[in-house]
Amino acid sequence: MTEFEWNWATVWDVLPTLLGAFFQVTLVVTVVSTAIAAVLGLIIAMLRRSVPKPVDAVIKFAVDFIRMTPIVVQLLLVYYTFTNLSAMVCGIIVFGIHYSTYMAEVYRAGIDSVPAGQWEATTALSMSKGRTWRAVVIPQALRATVPALGNYAISMFKDTPFLIIIGLVELVNAGRIYGANTFNYTEPLTLVGIIFLAASYPTALLVGRLEKRLAFSY
Amino acid sequence: MPSATDNNPAILFEDVEKRFGDNVVLKDLNFSVAKGDRVTLIGPSGSGKTTILRLVMTLEELSGGYIYIEDDPLAYEKRDGKRVALREKHRNEIRKRIGMVFQQFNLFPNMTVMENIIEAPVHVLGMSKADAKAKAQGLLDQVGLADKANQHPLQLSGGQQQRVAIARALAMDPDILLLDEVTSALDPEIVGEVLAVLRQVAETTDITMLIVTHEMQFAKDVSNRVMMFDGGHIVEENTPEEMFSNPQEERTKQFLHAIV
Ligand SMILES: Nc1ncnc2c1ncn2[C@@H]1O[C@H](COP(=O)(O)OP(=O)(O)O)[C@@H](O)[C@H]1O
Ligand SMILES: [Mg+2]
Repeated sequence: MTEFEWNWATVWDVLPTLLGAFFQVTLVVTVVSTAIAAVLGLIIAMLRRSVPKPVDAVIKFAVDFIRMTPIVVQLLLVYYTFTNLSAMVCGIIVFGIHYSTYMAEVYRAGIDSVPAGQWEATTALSMSKGRTWRAVVIPQALRATVPALGNYAISMFKDTPFLIIIGLVELVNAGRIYGANTFNYTEPLTLVGIIFLAASYPTALLVGRLEKRLAFSY
Repeated sequence: MPSATDNNPAILFEDVEKRFGDNVVLKDLNFSVAKGDRVTLIGPSGSGKTTILRLVMTLEELSGGYIYIEDDPLAYEKRDGKRVALREKHRNEIRKRIGMVFQQFNLFPNMTVMENIIEAPVHVLGMSKADAKAKAQGLLDQVGLADKANQHPLQLSGGQQQRVAIARALAMDPDILLLDEVTSALDPEIVGEVLAVLRQVAETTDITMLIVTHEMQFAKDVSNRVMMFDGGHIVEENTPEEMFSNPQEERTKQFLHAIV
């Protein structure tokens, strides 16, 4: 066994590849899928509050089904069913939908945390359903949900290596492939970890600040 | 002020029934409130006072019978001898004539005081923002909170929040105002400031009021009629002077004795 020695030449050699994979795949999928999950999750949560019980039961079943099936299975299923979709689009859609089911639960808890008196006040003021959601319920529900939504965005970020199953080389697999080709794993994978941390940490800070801004304890 | 014999009542209850599951809270309830009347509902806890107000505000679904607001059916109507539920759109039209102030204020904590007050005038009545703001400022003056427009509700005391809630309800120019124990959540020393505002509203407007309160002096000052409820039934009704000094029914005597 040879003694390990950190090699800076390897670092400079692999870094562009890793950053390329990070910005072109990991980051794009995470950002776009988070946006999709955040919006779709909210729509699901609002629907569940608004539809009759039997319809809600159907939505709940679909949501649970998606949430409880591994994302890898969903990636393969969608990728090989809709063969006209590029791997990138497929990845974005599957991640977006998969995480929307988690986010829907977070929103639901947030919506449930809005006191009944708030809804009653909107009725007493004859406010429309649309205004009730937009001006009263969602702003109050969001306040409670921002931390959890932020955490799901970060965990989606950490799930992106699964994209390799449909042939998308993101950050982790870019590092692994480089290692396989050059027999240097340590530098690329250490860099991978550092890039992950460098991206997660500011995200967590941002979520914290957003949480503060949405608070209304004053 | 119109008398109780007005044949076009502000509120009319006809054979009203309200059940929560198996619990029959109101049954065969009939009464009317004339335009401009100020009616105080009294009675022990659980006698159905809140339920009556909530039915008028359509916060509860009517189990049986009819409620009419200025002769318009509120939630159900008789059609060819059948009892037919009215659409949400219709209910919302009638609802616009009714305002309610709650025990817990229920101001929107995510909005400023000004935003709370102009929300419905702008988005429900279609008033311009400038007009709504001018009106809101006038109402804030009236309730003694002219300098609080840009505060958030949770920055205010309970009494101040309740006065904002009153201004918010008045901003819709309701024909009918429902007040459900609006001072019960307040510290005793703050109750007076809220009642003073309501006294002034009573004096300067002809809004029909349905009031649930334990403040007997306030009831005496503001209302022209008191109805005593027990178990969802009207035990007796009279002018406040008569009711408080000379109650006829044993149940009323007991109740009034217990609260003073
Ligand atoms: N949402 C509800 N679900 C079940 N029972 C209710 C509900 N609201 C009121 N009740 C019942 O209706 C009865 C009358 O209550 P309420 O109208 O609040 O009386 P009051 O305001 O006179 O104290 C009580 O027995 C109460 O338990
Ligand atoms: Mg009550």
